Amino acid sequence: MSGYLPIVLFLIVAGGLGVVVMFVGAIVRPAKYEKVKFSVYECGMPSLDENRKRLNLRFYIIAMLFVIFDVETVFLYPWAVSFDMIGLFGLIEMILFIVILVFGYFYAWQKGALEWA
Amino acid sequence: MVLAIVFTLIKILIIVVCVLTGVAYMTYAERKVIGHMQVRLGPVHTGPMGLLQPLADGLKLMSKEDMTPDMVDKPVFYVAPFLGMVPGIAAFAVIPFAPNIVVADINVGVLYVLALSSVGVYGIIMSGWASNSKYATLGSLRSSAQIISYETAMGLSILGPVLLAGSLNLKEITEAQRGLWFFIPQFVAFVIYSISAVAETNRAPFDLPEAETELVAGFHVEYSGMRFAMFFLGEYANMYVVSSMCAILFLGGYTGPLLPPLVWFLIKMLAFMFFFLWLRATLPRLRFDQLMNLGWKVLIPIALANLLITSIVVYAIRN
Repeated sequence: MSGYLPIVLFLIVAGGLGVVVMFVGAIVRPAKYEKVKFSVYECGMPSLDENRKRLNLRFYIIAMLFVIFDVETVFLYPWAVSFDMIGLFGLIEMILFIVILVFGYFYAWQKGALEWA
Repeated sequence: MVLAIVFTLIKILIIVVCVLTGVAYMTYAERKVIGHMQVRLGPVHTGPMGLLQPLADGLKLMSKEDMTPDMVDKPVFYVAPFLGMVPGIAAFAVIPFAPNIVVADINVGVLYVLALSSVGVYGIIMSGWASNSKYATLGSLRSSAQIISYETAMGLSILGPVLLAGSLNLKEITEAQRGLWFFIPQFVAFVIYSISAVAETNRAPFDLPEAETELVAGFHVEYSGMRFAMFFLGEYANMYVVSSMCAILFLGGYTGPLLPPLVWFLIKMLAFMFFFLWLRATLPRLRFDQLMNLGWKVLIPIALANLLITSIVVYAIRN
């Protein structure tokens, strides 16, 4: 696991950098409260209605499709690394896996999950 | 043990300082290069040839008031810039700049970089939600939908080089390209990767989340001062990360004749960075439906087909 210690250190340094710049900024910058200045930005007008509105369902569908395809991709990584070891069996197995997913992909396409118009 | 940690810390600090300088001068290069492409001069007044411009920008951002609007969700609002910046910088932990310049030579380098780029999406979603502003919400949704869509295509295109090299270790992938750079046998994957990389980093022509003419900068519209700077830093650091990954996966990383390895690596990385600027100066912005169509209906099927063909050909050659 020793190879991963530098990564932890790197994450700490990167986070610390953020803290440091915020701290330095806090020393030199002005801070003056005004009601209007700190209101929600909407092109200079008072905000008309609720800001967190209902969102388009498409974003949710895209997120679901992403989970499916990204997990698929993650499954393919170990296969690609051990490609030489698993031989013809691994190749055919993975072709079947991809074919099944492609069916699902075309089903989603057919159902209009990928349409944005 | 303690000595090793101190030594590692020094290495990390050097790399972080280099990244920050790189980011600062990328903003300068961007304005200068695009300026000249549009027959303007770009910044000229700050220092010789405007070379001190990034410094002036940094000082300005530091002295700007740090505003937290009244309506925001405070804890989330404060954490989001960190999640925007830290992954971009921390990804450099596994990048092999030269055979012996790499902080953490781990076996899952490719996955580590992909994982960090996924974490970056949280920063965007959180900032959009916490800002409690219409522009920010819309921008963050668009941005995250775009990033996750192209991440799939990107992951599939990276599989080509991984298959050829038989490793997820970035150094081993580089060494596997001593004879032939992977962008020749994996040209399709290279093109898909390049397009996805531009979309991943929200750069023009895929800069819909920022779309200054309609969304007034998108998810970070409520941020100011150093918090805004952190998002900015994260975005540019991410550009360096995807450029480095492109150099490593497809262009042979630090390998190359005559010149020292580090110079070769920097040349390849900066060439890809220049490609970013060139695109921004050349192409108009896509519409959102065009963008999603390109990602889901064009790049993903091609990437899958490329993977299938590659695996069959590799099997046929090796047996």
